[in-house]
Amino acid sequence: MNYLTTTLHLMAACCLLVWSGGAEPAQAQRYRLTSGEVSFFSSAPLEDIAANNTQAQSIFDAASGEIAFIIPIKKFTFEKSLMQEHFNENYLESDQYPNAKFEGVLAGFQPEVSGPQQVTARGKLTIHGVTHTVEVPGTVHLKGDRIAMNAKFPVKLEDYKIKIPQVVFYNIAEVVDVTVNFVYETERQ
Amino acid sequence: MLLLTLFMKPKDNKLLIVCLCLLPVWQAVAQGGLLGDLEKEQQSQPDTQYVAATFKGTRIINGHSVELRSSGVLLFLIAHRFGRLNSGAYEFFGLDEANMRMALEYALLDNLTVGIGRSSFEKTFDGFIKLGLLRQQTGSRTVPVSVVGFTSLAINSLRSSSPERQMPFSGRLDYTYQLLIARKFSPQFSLQLTPTLVHRNLVETPEIDNDVYALGIGGRLKLTTRVALNAEYFYRFNTVGEAAYYDPFAIGFDIETGGHVFQLHFTNARSMVEEGFLTETTGNFFGGDIHFGFNISRVFQLK
Repeated sequence: MNYLTTTLHLMAACCLLVWSGGAEPAQAQRYRLTSGEVSFFSSAPLEDIAANNTQAQSIFDAASGEIAFIIPIKKFTFEKSLMQEHFNENYLESDQYPNAKFEGVLAGFQPEVSGPQQVTARGKLTIHGVTHTVEVPGTVHLKGDRIAMNAKFPVKLEDYKIKIPQVVFYNIAEVVDVTVNFVYETERQ
Repeated sequence: MLLLTLFMKPKDNKLLIVCLCLLPVWQAVAQGGLLGDLEKEQQSQPDTQYVAATFKGTRIINGHSVELRSSGVLLFLIAHRFGRLNSGAYEFFGLDEANMRMALEYALLDNLTVGIGRSSFEKTFDGFIKLGLLRQQTGSRTVPVSVVGFTSLAINSLRSSSPERQMPFSGRLDYTYQLLIARKFSPQFSLQLTPTLVHRNLVETPEIDNDVYALGIGGRLKLTTRVALNAEYFYRFNTVGEAAYYDPFAIGFDIETGGHVFQLHFTNARSMVEEGFLTETTGNFFGGDIHFGFNISRVFQLK
Protein backbone atom coordinates (compact mmCIF):
# COMPACT_ATOMS: atom_id res chain seq x y z
CA MET A 1 0.00 0.00 0.00
CA ASN A 2 2.74 2.31 1.04
CA TYR A 3 4.71 1.37 -2.05
CA LEU A 4 1.71 2.12 -4.19
CA THR A 5 1.20 5.59 -2.75
CA THR A 6 4.83 6.44 -3.28
CA THR A 7 4.55 5.35 -6.89
CA LEU A 8 1.42 7.41 -7.28
CA HIS A 9 3.12 10.38 -5.79
CA LEU A 10 6.03 9.97 -8.10
CA MET A 11 3.76 9.73 -11.08
CA ALA A 12 1.91 12.78 -9.92
CA ALA A 13 5.15 14.62 -9.51
CA CYS A 14 6.14 13.67 -13.01
CA CYS A 15 2.80 14.92 -14.26
CA LEU A 16 3.35 18.16 -12.45
CA LEU A 17 6.75 18.56 -14.02
CA VAL A 18 5.37 18.02 -17.49
CA TRP A 19 2.40 20.19 -16.77
CA SER A 20 4.38 23.06 -15.37
CA GLY A 21 6.73 22.85 -18.31
CA GLY A 22 3.95 22.78 -20.84
CA ALA A 23 1.08 24.79 -19.49
CA GLU A 24 3.26 27.62 -18.34
CA PRO A 25 5.19 28.24 -21.55
CA ALA A 26 8.54 29.62 -20.65
CA GLN A 27 8.53 32.07 -23.53
CA ALA A 28 5.09 33.55 -23.14
CA GLN A 29 6.39 36.42 -21.07
CA ARG A 30 9.45 37.04 -23.11
CA TYR A 31 10.03 40.41 -24.65
CA ARG A 32 12.45 41.03 -27.43
CA LEU A 33 14.36 44.24 -28.06
CA THR A 34 13.05 45.91 -31.21
CA SER A 35 14.79 49.22 -31.03
CA GLY A 36 17.75 49.82 -28.81
CA GLU A 37 20.16 52.63 -28.38
CA VAL A 38 23.23 52.52 -26.22
CA SER A 39 25.37 55.59 -26.08
CA PHE A 40 28.20 56.87 -24.01
CA PHE A 41 29.59 60.23 -23.34
CA SER A 42 32.89 61.26 -21.91
CA SER A 43 33.49 64.85 -21.12
CA ALA A 44 37.12 65.89 -21.27
CA PRO A 45 38.95 69.21 -21.37
CA LEU A 46 40.14 68.89 -24.94
CA GLU A 47 37.22 67.25 -26.62
CA ASP A 48 34.10 65.36 -25.74
CA ILE A 49 33.86 61.80 -26.86
CA ALA A 50 30.47 60.37 -27.74
CA ALA A 51 29.43 57.18 -29.44
CA ASN A 52 26.20 55.48 -30.28
CA ASN A 53 25.18 51.88 -30.88
CA THR A 54 21.86 50.69 -32.27
CA GLN A 55 22.84 47.04 -32.72
CA ALA A 56 22.23 45.78 -29.21
CA GLN A 57 20.28 42.56 -28.70
CA SER A 58 18.23 41.89 -25.60
CA ILE A 59 15.63 39.60 -24.11
CA PHE A 60 13.51 40.45 -21.11
CA ASP A 61 11.44 37.90 -19.24
CA ALA A 62 8.60 39.79 -17.59
CA ALA A 63 7.54 36.83 -15.47
CA SER A 64 10.85 36.32 -13.75
CA GLY A 65 12.24 39.81 -14.25
CA GLU A 66 15.33 38.32 -15.89
CA ILE A 67 17.07 40.40 -18.48
CA ALA A 68 20.09 39.92 -20.71
CA PHE A 69 21.69 42.00 -23.40
CA ILE A 70 24.62 41.88 -25.77
CA ILE A 71 26.21 44.98 -27.26
CA PRO A 72 28.61 44.42 -30.17
CA ILE A 73 31.49 46.79 -29.45
CA LYS A 74 32.40 47.26 -33.10
CA LYS A 75 28.99 48.75 -33.79
CA PHE A 76 29.60 51.84 -31.73
CA THR A 77 29.76 54.73 -34.15
CA PHE A 78 31.72 57.86 -33.44
CA GLU A 79 31.67 61.18 -35.13
CA LYS A 80 35.39 60.85 -35.78
CA SER A 81 36.20 57.69 -37.63
CA LEU A 82 39.71 57.43 -36.28
CA MET A 83 38.40 57.62 -32.74
CA GLN A 84 36.28 54.61 -33.56
CA GLU A 85 39.34 52.75 -34.72
CA HIS A 86 41.25 53.63 -31.57
CA PHE A 87 38.30 52.72 -29.41
CA ASN A 88 38.21 49.25 -30.93
CA GLU A 89 41.89 48.70 -31.39
CA ASN A 90 43.40 50.23 -28.27
CA TYR A 91 40.78 50.68 -25.60
CA LEU A 92 38.11 47.98 -25.87
CA GLU A 93 40.25 45.56 -27.92
CA SER A 94 37.15 44.39 -29.70
CA ASP A 95 38.90 41.70 -31.74
CA GLN A 96 39.50 39.92 -28.48
CA TYR A 97 36.39 41.06 -26.61
CA PRO A 98 33.72 41.60 -29.26
CA ASN A 99 30.75 42.10 -26.95
CA ALA A 100 29.68 43.88 -23.82
CA LYS A 101 27.15 41.73 -21.97
CA PHE A 102 24.72 41.97 -19.14
CA GLU A 103 22.77 39.25 -17.41
CA GLY A 104 20.64 39.82 -14.36
CA VAL A 105 17.23 40.72 -13.03
CA LEU A 106 15.16 43.85 -12.74
CA ALA A 107 14.59 44.00 -9.02
CA GLY A 108 11.31 45.66 -8.08
CA PHE A 109 9.71 45.07 -11.45
CA GLN A 110 5.95 44.59 -11.26
CA PRO A 111 4.52 43.13 -14.44
CA GLU A 112 0.98 44.12 -13.53
CA VAL A 113 1.75 47.82 -13.22
CA SER A 114 1.34 49.72 -16.45
CA GLY A 115 2.97 53.07 -16.82
CA PRO A 116 6.38 54.08 -15.57
CA GLN A 117 7.99 52.36 -12.61
CA GLN A 118 11.38 52.57 -10.99
CA VAL A 119 13.45 49.40 -10.95
CA THR A 120 17.00 48.38 -10.23
CA ALA A 121 18.88 46.15 -12.63
CA ARG A 122 21.09 43.79 -10.67
CA GLY A 123 23.45 41.46 -12.36
CA LYS A 124 26.72 40.85 -14.08
CA LEU A 125 28.06 43.39 -16.50
CA THR A 126 30.93 42.27 -18.71
CA ILE A 127 32.99 44.81 -20.62
CA HIS A 128 36.43 44.22 -22.11
CA GLY A 129 36.37 40.68 -20.74
CA VAL A 130 36.00 41.88 -17.14
CA THR A 131 32.85 41.03 -15.20
CA HIS A 132 31.48 43.04 -12.32
CA THR A 133 28.29 42.75 -10.34
CA VAL A 134 26.45 46.00 -10.76
CA GLU A 135 23.27 47.72 -9.63
CA VAL A 136 21.79 50.21 -12.01
CA PRO A 137 18.64 52.19 -11.29
CA GLY A 138 16.37 52.74 -14.22
CA THR A 139 12.85 53.29 -15.44
CA VAL A 140 10.57 50.71 -16.98
CA HIS A 141 7.47 51.79 -18.83
CA LEU A 142 4.88 49.15 -19.65
CA LYS A 143 2.45 49.99 -22.41
CA GLY A 144 0.39 47.20 -23.95
CA ASP A 145 2.74 44.67 -25.44
CA ARG A 146 5.61 47.11 -25.42
CA ILE A 147 8.08 47.88 -22.69
CA ALA A 148 10.43 50.83 -22.70
CA MET A 149 13.50 50.89 -20.47
CA ASN A 150 15.82 53.73 -19.74
CA ALA A 151 18.90 53.86 -17.61
CA LYS A 152 21.95 55.99 -17.22
CA PHE A 153 24.93 54.84 -15.29
CA PRO A 154 28.62 55.57 -14.91
CA VAL A 155 31.28 53.09 -15.99
CA LYS A 156 34.68 53.53 -14.45
CA LEU A 157 37.17 52.51 -17.12
CA GLU A 158 39.72 51.31 -14.62
CA ASP A 159 37.24 48.76 -13.22
CA TYR A 160 37.13 47.06 -16.60
CA LYS A 161 40.87 47.25 -17.19
CA ILE A 162 40.47 49.78 -19.97
CA LYS A 163 43.78 51.57 -19.90
CA ILE A 164 44.21 55.22 -20.63
CA PRO A 165 47.77 55.95 -21.65
CA GLN A 166 49.61 58.87 -20.11
CA VAL A 167 50.27 60.56 -23.42
CA VAL A 168 47.12 60.88 -25.41
CA PHE A 169 45.86 63.78 -27.32
CA TYR A 170 42.29 62.77 -26.87
CA ASN A 171 41.98 63.35 -23.17
CA ILE A 172 39.67 60.71 -21.92
CA ALA A 173 37.68 60.93 -18.73
CA GLU A 174 38.16 58.08 -16.29
CA VAL A 175 34.45 57.65 -15.86
CA VAL A 176 32.15 57.39 -18.85
CA ASP A 177 28.40 57.92 -18.69
CA VAL A 178 26.47 55.18 -20.44
CA THR A 179 22.87 55.72 -21.48
CA VAL A 180 20.60 52.86 -22.44
CA ASN A 181 17.24 53.27 -24.19
CA PHE A 182 15.56 49.99 -25.00
CA VAL A 183 12.11 49.29 -26.45
CA TYR A 184 10.82 45.72 -26.26
CA GLU A 185 7.91 43.94 -27.81
CA THR A 186 6.36 40.59 -26.93
CA GLU A 187 8.43 37.89 -28.55
CA ARG A 188 6.70 36.25 -31.48
CA GLN A 189 6.74 32.50 -31.36
CA MET B 1 -4.61 18.08 -7.86
CA LEU B 2 -1.13 17.13 -6.94
CA LEU B 3 -1.17 19.40 -3.94
CA LEU B 4 -4.23 17.57 -2.70
CA THR B 5 -2.39 14.27 -2.88
CA LEU B 6 0.38 15.87 -0.95
CA PHE B 7 -1.90 16.83 1.90
CA MET B 8 -3.68 13.50 1.96
CA LYS B 9 -0.57 11.43 2.46
CA PRO B 10 1.84 13.57 4.40
CA LYS B 11 3.99 10.62 5.47
CA ASP B 12 5.13 9.49 2.07
CA ASN B 13 5.93 12.74 0.46
CA LYS B 14 9.69 12.83 0.87
CA LEU B 15 10.32 11.87 -2.72
CA LEU B 16 7.71 14.26 -3.87
CA ILE B 17 9.32 17.09 -1.97
CA VAL B 18 12.60 16.26 -3.63
CA CYS B 19 10.86 16.34 -6.99
CA LEU B 20 9.19 19.61 -6.19
CA CYS B 21 12.45 21.08 -5.03
CA LEU B 22 14.00 20.07 -8.32
CA LEU B 23 11.18 21.66 -10.24
CA PRO B 24 12.44 25.25 -10.20
CA VAL B 25 15.92 24.01 -11.11
CA TRP B 26 14.54 22.18 -14.07
CA GLN B 27 12.56 25.20 -15.13
CA ALA B 28 15.57 27.44 -14.77
CA VAL B 29 17.54 25.17 -17.06
CA ALA B 30 14.73 24.99 -19.57
CA GLN B 31 14.09 28.69 -19.93
CA GLY B 32 17.23 30.11 -18.40
CA GLY B 33 20.33 31.56 -19.95
CA LEU B 34 18.75 34.48 -21.75
CA LEU B 35 22.30 35.58 -22.40
CA GLY B 36 23.10 32.14 -23.78
CA ASP B 37 20.17 32.45 -26.18
CA LEU B 38 21.39 35.81 -27.37
CA GLU B 39 24.92 34.54 -27.86
CA LYS B 40 23.69 31.57 -29.84
CA GLU B 41 21.65 33.84 -32.08
CA GLN B 42 24.56 36.16 -32.63
CA GLN B 43 26.80 33.28 -33.66
CA SER B 44 24.23 31.87 -36.05
CA GLN B 45 23.88 35.17 -37.93
CA PRO B 46 27.33 36.63 -38.37
CA ASP B 47 27.29 40.03 -40.02
CA THR B 48 30.01 41.54 -42.15
CA GLN B 49 33.01 42.57 -40.13
CA TYR B 50 35.52 44.75 -41.89
CA VAL B 51 39.06 44.41 -40.73
CA ALA B 52 40.29 47.71 -39.35
CA ALA B 53 43.80 49.01 -38.76
CA THR B 54 45.80 46.64 -40.91
CA PHE B 55 48.48 49.26 -40.47
CA LYS B 56 48.50 52.25 -38.20
CA GLY B 57 49.57 54.86 -40.68
CA THR B 58 48.78 55.54 -44.31
CA ARG B 59 52.45 54.63 -44.88
CA ILE B 60 54.17 51.44 -43.86
CA ILE B 61 57.38 53.47 -43.74
CA ASN B 62 58.37 54.91 -47.11
CA GLY B 63 55.63 53.35 -49.19
CA HIS B 64 51.90 53.64 -48.82
CA SER B 65 49.95 51.09 -46.83
CA VAL B 66 46.43 49.90 -47.62
CA GLU B 67 45.09 52.20 -44.93
CA LEU B 68 42.60 54.75 -46.16
CA ARG B 69 41.06 57.37 -43.95
CA SER B 70 37.30 57.72 -43.79
CA SER B 71 35.47 60.23 -45.88
CA GLY B 72 36.00 63.79 -44.73
CA VAL B 73 39.29 63.23 -42.94
CA LEU B 74 42.19 65.52 -43.75
CA LEU B 75 45.59 64.20 -42.81
CA PHE B 76 48.64 66.38 -42.45
CA LEU B 77 51.87 64.47 -42.80
CA ILE B 78 55.30 65.84 -42.08
CA ALA B 79 58.28 63.62 -42.66
CA HIS B 80 62.04 63.95 -42.33
CA ARG B 81 65.00 61.88 -43.45
CA PHE B 82 68.25 62.96 -41.91
CA GLY B 83 71.74 62.40 -43.26
CA ARG B 84 73.71 59.18 -43.03
CA LEU B 85 74.44 57.75 -39.61
CA ASN B 86 77.92 56.83 -40.85
CA SER B 87 78.71 60.42 -41.80
CA GLY B 88 80.46 60.82 -38.45
CA ALA B 89 80.39 63.00 -35.39
CA TYR B 90 81.17 66.19 -37.31
CA GLU B 91 77.84 65.81 -39.14
CA PHE B 92 76.27 64.78 -35.84
CA PHE B 93 75.64 61.34 -37.36
CA GLY B 94 73.52 62.79 -40.10
CA LEU B 95 71.25 64.94 -38.01
CA ASP B 96 72.80 68.17 -39.33
CA GLU B 97 71.24 67.47 -42.67
CA ALA B 98 67.59 66.83 -43.34
CA ASN B 99 65.27 66.14 -46.21
CA MET B 100 61.73 67.11 -45.56
CA ARG B 101 58.37 66.38 -47.06
CA MET B 102 55.10 68.03 -46.12
CA ALA B 103 51.86 66.64 -47.42
CA LEU B 104 48.14 66.86 -47.15
CA GLU B 105 45.93 63.86 -47.79
CA TYR B 106 42.20 64.17 -48.01
CA ALA B 107 39.66 61.35 -48.07
CA LEU B 108 36.98 62.33 -50.57
CA LEU B 109 35.20 59.03 -50.01
CA ASP B 110 35.79 56.13 -47.68
CA ASN B 111 37.68 54.40 -50.48
CA LEU B 112 39.17 57.38 -52.29
CA THR B 113 41.98 59.55 -51.00
CA VAL B 114 43.94 62.21 -52.86
CA GLY B 115 47.10 63.87 -51.69
CA ILE B 116 49.69 66.47 -52.53
CA GLY B 117 53.17 66.90 -51.18
CA ARG B 118 56.34 68.86 -51.49
CA SER B 119 59.78 67.46 -50.75
CA SER B 120 63.03 69.30 -50.32
CA PHE B 121 64.74 66.35 -52.04
CA GLU B 122 65.16 67.51 -55.65
CA LYS B 123 62.49 70.13 -54.88
CA THR B 124 59.85 67.62 -55.79
CA PHE B 125 56.14 68.24 -55.97
CA ASP B 126 53.98 65.15 -55.88
CA GLY B 127 50.38 64.19 -56.08
CA PHE B 128 48.67 60.87 -55.63
CA ILE B 129 45.38 59.07 -55.88
CA LYS B 130 44.59 56.05 -53.75
CA LEU B 131 41.53 53.97 -54.47
CA GLY B 132 40.26 51.16 -52.26
CA LEU B 133 39.19 48.16 -54.35
CA LEU B 134 38.63 45.42 -51.78
CA ARG B 135 38.40 45.35 -48.02
CA GLN B 136 39.39 42.38 -45.93
CA GLN B 137 36.29 41.13 -44.15
CA THR B 138 34.72 38.17 -42.43
CA GLY B 139 31.17 37.19 -41.63
CA SER B 140 28.48 36.97 -44.27
CA ARG B 141 31.15 37.38 -46.96
CA THR B 142 34.79 36.51 -46.57
CA VAL B 143 37.43 38.57 -48.32
CA PRO B 144 40.95 37.51 -47.33
CA VAL B 145 42.84 40.65 -48.35
CA SER B 146 42.50 44.37 -48.75
CA VAL B 147 43.46 45.71 -52.16
CA VAL B 148 44.14 49.34 -52.96
CA GLY B 149 45.16 50.87 -56.28
CA PHE B 150 47.68 53.64 -56.06
CA THR B 151 49.17 56.08 -58.54
CA SER B 152 51.42 59.05 -58.01
CA LEU B 153 53.05 61.72 -60.08
CA ALA B 154 56.32 63.37 -59.09
CA ILE B 155 57.56 66.62 -60.57
CA ASN B 156 61.20 67.47 -60.10
CA SER B 157 61.43 71.27 -59.99
CA LEU B 158 65.20 71.64 -59.64
CA ARG B 159 66.64 74.37 -61.86
CA SER B 160 68.65 73.09 -64.73
CA SER B 161 72.37 73.03 -63.96
CA SER B 162 73.30 74.72 -67.21
CA PRO B 163 71.12 77.41 -68.80
CA GLU B 164 71.87 76.10 -72.32
CA ARG B 165 70.47 72.66 -71.58
CA GLN B 166 66.93 73.34 -70.47
CA MET B 167 65.00 70.22 -69.61
CA PRO B 168 61.55 69.95 -71.18
CA PHE B 169 58.81 69.94 -68.57
CA SER B 170 57.77 66.42 -69.52
CA GLY B 171 61.29 65.28 -68.66
CA ARG B 172 60.65 66.26 -65.06
CA LEU B 173 57.73 63.88 -64.64
CA ASP B 174 57.80 60.40 -63.13
CA TYR B 175 54.83 58.13 -62.59
CA THR B 176 54.28 55.32 -60.13
CA TYR B 177 51.58 52.67 -60.26
CA GLN B 178 51.10 50.26 -57.40
CA LEU B 179 48.71 47.63 -56.24
CA LEU B 180 48.72 47.40 -52.46
CA ILE B 181 47.64 43.94 -51.33
CA ALA B 182 47.54 43.40 -47.60
CA ARG B 183 46.22 40.95 -45.09
CA LYS B 184 45.87 41.37 -41.36
CA PHE B 185 46.67 37.85 -40.23
CA SER B 186 46.05 38.60 -36.58
CA PRO B 187 45.63 41.71 -34.44
CA GLN B 188 49.40 41.60 -34.08
CA PHE B 189 50.60 40.78 -37.56
CA SER B 190 49.90 42.31 -40.98
CA LEU B 191 51.69 41.80 -44.27
CA GLN B 192 51.54 43.73 -47.52
CA LEU B 193 52.76 42.95 -51.03
CA THR B 194 53.19 45.85 -53.39
CA PRO B 195 53.69 45.17 -57.10
CA THR B 196 55.01 48.40 -58.54
CA LEU B 197 55.73 50.04 -61.87
CA VAL B 198 57.66 53.29 -62.04
CA HIS B 199 57.80 55.12 -65.34
CA ARG B 200 60.33 57.88 -65.78
CA ASN B 201 59.91 60.16 -68.76
CA LEU B 202 63.60 60.92 -68.75
CA VAL B 203 66.45 58.67 -67.62
CA GLU B 204 70.16 59.35 -67.27
CA THR B 205 71.49 57.17 -70.11
CA PRO B 206 69.92 55.48 -73.17
CA GLU B 207 70.56 51.97 -71.85
CA ILE B 208 68.43 52.55 -68.76
CA ASP B 209 64.86 51.36 -69.10
CA ASN B 210 62.29 54.07 -68.51
CA ASP B 211 60.16 51.55 -66.67
CA VAL B 212 61.23 49.98 -63.43
CA TYR B 213 59.37 46.95 -62.11
CA ALA B 214 59.51 46.30 -58.41
CA LEU B 215 57.86 44.23 -55.75
CA GLY B 216 57.52 45.55 -52.25
CA ILE B 217 56.98 43.57 -49.10
CA GLY B 218 56.12 45.25 -45.84
CA GLY B 219 54.89 44.09 -42.49
CA ARG B 220 53.77 45.21 -39.11
CA LEU B 221 54.21 43.46 -35.82
CA LYS B 222 52.25 45.01 -33.00
CA LEU B 223 54.26 45.07 -29.81
CA THR B 224 51.81 46.83 -27.49
CA THR B 225 48.43 48.43 -28.11
CA ARG B 226 50.18 51.57 -29.26
CA VAL B 227 53.57 50.53 -30.57
CA ALA B 228 54.27 48.44 -33.63
CA LEU B 229 57.45 47.34 -35.39
CA ASN B 230 57.36 47.86 -39.15
CA ALA B 231 59.71 46.77 -41.89
CA GLU B 232 59.60 47.30 -45.63
CA TYR B 233 61.67 46.27 -48.62
CA PHE B 234 61.29 46.80 -52.36
CA TYR B 235 63.02 44.53 -54.85
CA ARG B 236 63.69 46.09 -58.26
CA PHE B 237 63.65 43.58 -61.12
CA ASN B 238 65.36 45.56 -63.90
CA THR B 239 68.35 47.59 -62.85
CA VAL B 240 70.51 47.68 -65.99
CA GLY B 241 72.70 50.78 -65.90
CA GLU B 242 71.57 51.68 -62.42
CA ALA B 243 74.17 49.89 -60.32
CA ALA B 244 74.67 53.04 -58.30
CA TYR B 245 71.23 52.66 -56.81
CA TYR B 246 70.11 50.28 -54.13
CA ASP B 247 66.81 48.64 -53.23
CA PRO B 248 65.10 50.63 -50.50
CA PHE B 249 64.84 49.01 -47.11
CA ALA B 250 63.40 50.46 -43.94
CA ILE B 251 62.68 49.36 -40.40
CA GLY B 252 61.07 51.33 -37.62
CA PHE B 253 58.41 51.84 -35.02
CA ASP B 254 54.89 53.20 -35.18
CA ILE B 255 53.78 54.99 -32.06
CA GLU B 256 50.20 56.02 -31.94
CA THR B 257 48.74 58.59 -29.59
CA GLY B 258 45.16 59.54 -30.36
CA GLY B 259 44.98 61.58 -33.53
CA HIS B 260 48.72 61.35 -34.22
CA VAL B 261 50.84 58.56 -35.56
CA PHE B 262 54.58 58.90 -35.03
CA GLN B 263 56.75 56.70 -37.17
CA LEU B 264 60.43 56.59 -36.29
CA HIS B 265 62.64 54.58 -38.58
CA PHE B 266 65.93 53.81 -40.21
CA THR B 267 66.19 53.56 -43.97
CA ASN B 268 68.72 53.80 -46.77
CA ALA B 269 66.37 56.00 -48.82
CA ARG B 270 66.37 59.76 -48.72
CA SER B 271 63.36 60.51 -50.87
CA MET B 272 59.85 60.14 -49.50
CA VAL B 273 58.17 60.04 -52.90
CA GLU B 274 57.66 56.65 -54.55
CA GLU B 275 59.66 57.34 -57.66
CA GLY B 276 62.46 58.79 -55.53
CA PHE B 277 62.97 56.05 -52.98
CA LEU B 278 62.35 53.28 -55.52
CA THR B 279 64.80 54.44 -58.19
CA GLU B 280 67.12 56.95 -56.55
CA THR B 281 68.19 55.30 -53.32
CA THR B 282 71.94 55.74 -53.15
CA GLY B 283 72.59 54.34 -49.70
CA ASN B 284 73.65 50.77 -48.98
CA PHE B 285 71.74 49.95 -45.80
CA PHE B 286 74.02 47.10 -44.81
CA GLY B 287 77.05 49.21 -45.62
CA GLY B 288 75.98 51.64 -42.93
CA ASP B 289 74.35 54.25 -45.16
CA ILE B 290 71.41 54.52 -42.85
CA HIS B 291 69.24 57.56 -42.46
CA PHE B 292 67.23 58.16 -39.37
CA GLY B 293 63.80 59.55 -40.19
CA PHE B 294 60.30 60.10 -39.00
CA ASN B 295 56.77 60.56 -40.29
CA ILE B 296 54.28 62.36 -38.13
CA SER B 297 50.66 62.51 -39.10
CA ARG B 298 47.77 64.39 -37.60
CA VAL B 299 44.18 63.94 -38.67
CA PHE B 300 41.43 66.52 -38.82
CA GLN B 301 37.83 65.54 -39.27
CA LEU B 302 36.52 68.13 -41.69
CA LYS B 303 33.02 66.72 -42.10
